[in-house]
Amino acid sequence: MSQHIVPVRVYVTIFAALMVLTALTVYVATLEHGALSTPIALAIAITKAMLVILYFMHVRYSSGLTQISIATGVLFLLVMIAITMADIVSRGWLGTPGS
Amino acid sequence: MATTEHVVAHQFDDAEQQHEASTLGMWLFLVTEILFFGGLFLLYVAYRVTYPEAFVDGSHHLDLRLGTINTVILIGSSLTMALGVHAAQVGRQRALVGFLLLTIVLGSAFLVIKGFEYAAKFEHGLVPGPGFALTGPLGPQVELFFCIYFAMTALHAIHMVIGVGVLAVIAMMASRGAFGPAYFTPVELMGLYWHFVDVVWIFLFPLLYLIGGR
Amino acid sequence: MDTQVTNEHDRQEHYLNVDYGIRSWLLTRDHKRIALLYLGSITFMFFLGGIFALVIRLELLTPAGDIVGADTYNKLFTMHGVIMIFFFLIPSIPAVLGNFLVPLMIGARDLAFPRINLASWYIYSLGALFGLWAVFTGGVDTGWTFYAPYSTTASYTKVVPTIVGAFLVGFSSIFTGLNFIVTIHRMRAPGLTWFRLPLFIWAHYATSVIIILGTPVIAITLGLVAVERVFRIGIFDPALGGDPILFQHLFWFYSHPAVYIMILPSMGIISEVITCFSRKRIFGYSFIAVSSLAIALLGFLVWGHHMFVSGQSVYAALIFSVLSFAVAIPSAVKVFNWTATLYKGSISFEAPMVYALGFIGLFTIGGLTGLFLAALGLDVHVHDTYFVVAHFHYIMVGGAIMGYLAGIHFWWPKITGRLYPETLARIAALIVFLGFNLTFFPQFVLGYLGMPRRYYVYPPEFQVLNVMSTAGATILGVGYLLPMLYLTWSLRWGARAGANPWRATGLEWQTPSPPPTYNFATTPLVTEEPYAYPLREAREY
Ligand SMILES: [Cu+2]
Repeated sequence: MSQHIVPVRVYVTIFAALMVLTALTVYVATLEHGALSTPIALAIAITKAMLVILYFMHVRYSSGLTQISIATGVLFLLVMIAITMADIVSRGWLGTPGS
Repeated sequence: MATTEHVVAHQFDDAEQQHEASTLGMWLFLVTEILFFGGLFLLYVAYRVTYPEAFVDGSHHLDLRLGTINTVILIGSSLTMALGVHAAQVGRQRALVGFLLLTIVLGSAFLVIKGFEYAAKFEHGLVPGPGFALTGPLGPQVELFFCIYFAMTALHAIHMVIGVGVLAVIAMMASRGAFGPAYFTPVELMGLYWHFVDVVWIFLFPLLYLIGGR
Repeated sequence: MDTQVTNEHDRQEHYLNVDYGIRSWLLTRDHKRIALLYLGSITFMFFLGGIFALVIRLELLTPAGDIVGADTYNKLFTMHGVIMIFFFLIPSIPAVLGNFLVPLMIGARDLAFPRINLASWYIYSLGALFGLWAVFTGGVDTGWTFYAPYSTTASYTKVVPTIVGAFLVGFSSIFTGLNFIVTIHRMRAPGLTWFRLPLFIWAHYATSVIIILGTPVIAITLGLVAVERVFRIGIFDPALGGDPILFQHLFWFYSHPAVYIMILPSMGIISEVITCFSRKRIFGYSFIAVSSLAIALLGFLVWGHHMFVSGQSVYAALIFSVLSFAVAIPSAVKVFNWTATLYKGSISFEAPMVYALGFIGLFTIGGLTGLFLAALGLDVHVHDTYFVVAHFHYIMVGGAIMGYLAGIHFWWPKITGRLYPETLARIAALIVFLGFNLTFFPQFVLGYLGMPRRYYVYPPEFQVLNVMSTAGATILGVGYLLPMLYLTWSLRWGARAGANPWRATGLEWQTPSPPPTYNFATTPLVTEEPYAYPLREAREY
């Protein structure tokens, strides 16, 4: 089977990076960052997830079709969240009649 | 080895096509999983934006130490899973079985720790429902946080349980020599599923445990 | 001489006579047999849902509550909706005709995952059993939309079994959609490039994309409702600060695109039928193909038009309204291209064509009234009236079911190897068309005059229109029973069909009827565009 074989070294490096990022995100969370703490935590989580997806799940070496499928799934999740949040955030902007 | 000569199913032209179809099928399944968990992530975002203080309060009732340990364990199990797939690719039979078993052990350890966490929540009356212990002005909204917490982590845990079960079957097949460099699709697909569950946790951990300055 | 030919035909092995017995059907991996298993299941559910519809119409014959009370009436329209949408319309065309035809049309021996295909039927059946359990042990009264918090805290009916049923059926359709996408990507015959694919395949591809992206969301949402009921927690409970409108967002994120799960496969059938019985190449092939995908993707951006009066933000409602207008464009592209295909075609009125022409008219009316409803200001007035009921029945019955019947008739010779009685079928198609319009057109007027939906009594001035509607429903019922009878009759007494009775193009017509188990003796090689009918687009202008 024509299969890309990722060397063990890469797996171990990625694992080490994931551990460092885990330590980092816990450390950052113990500091008081106010408005920035959530974006930082999310940025770290996205980085970790990308490492797992690209290397452990071989998506870096996968067909474009696989990559597009994943991107579409994530995109529509974001669409769902974004449009719903557009409602929730803007609900109070205009007073409700009768209240 | 005779067993690695896997038969190509009648609807496919060759092993290559069969393998591509299986991987694409698994990925499409994982896309449905993204949106399956996605509904819960939407609820999380909506409620957290609406009740930021209650979410911080609820998060502070979670056990950061156990959550961190579990994160390390789960990422570790992803490593052993990835090494298992690698062992199958290069035809190292015993290493494959070993890594699969190690993944099972780590996955089970995660579930056991999660069980302890749940037990503590029951003890402290932090399980949503008629007996919810926290009162005060934020009480109901913290209960809402715990609804989301339990829904997300329980759905994740169910996926882990299923994963451990299927891993056991695949480990058994592997020990009988069912996989080798020519055919290891089930191991590979299992790996994709396992890493996916790991990725979900990578988001759950900061969103649930790490909010509001610990 | 004649008998000799018949005998020869009988000896030919095909997917129906390759082996016999219940086991050979229940354990089959053949996509064609699984399609027939689905055909049996969904036909049963269709007539069950139809019975509820008839009781509803009977109750509404007079202004007073004669036959049933308010509670029973609530259950009737709920179970009619749940059964027709989840257990009939969503699986109807993909699981039956799609299952049968996708591999045949792309020159494959089967779908990519035959075992998952069979599993999907079993999961569907299990889900249907839960649905039937709910129906026969007291029913459910939440409306097919399961709105929280009524469904989570207030209703004392069989909400959980119904939800489990819908949840399972969702997974069966995910399996079907996943199978289609992989099959269409990976198993096309040599030479069958994307823009040589039949439009039926494009429609099913787009439908599968919606299934993959949308169905998991309804699954988790309904799952949460069930969890909330069983464990008495409050995910959508306003008492804890939960937001029932969030339920509606999640619900309609799937359920608006679900309309396209129902109508897109039907549109695929219409593209095939129109071009065949015009003997003319389809007009604007690539526009029809791409518009299917455009519908699938744009369809995910408009769900809030179901929530204009729910309490969502006015600004969100404005955006949803504008986007809803946008999604009408690709649908209109299809209608224009079909009519352009008819232009200067050599048209003949076989039964599938009669249904297809009916589809074009009824879908257009349904679509245009959809634009009325997408207009924020107008929707506030006709919201929750019979105008809405009429609108979506024009899409789902006038559109999806007309298309389904067109497809069943068109490919019946391929599926069974027999011809159906043509004259009878044309009469039935006309009865369906007339019965449909008599049933649902008065409902537009009723809604416009202000008759609300989901009530078992109404003011006496609405009676004339309601009597018309009930009379139409009776005619429609006859129209649906007729094909049931003559198609069954044709299984034994219908004339032999031959491989290609319609002289249609497409790979499925190049193999015998019924096809052999692995569809083709040798994998076909595709060398030309689809729809190579004798007439081309008129070029003289
Ligand atoms: Cu809609």
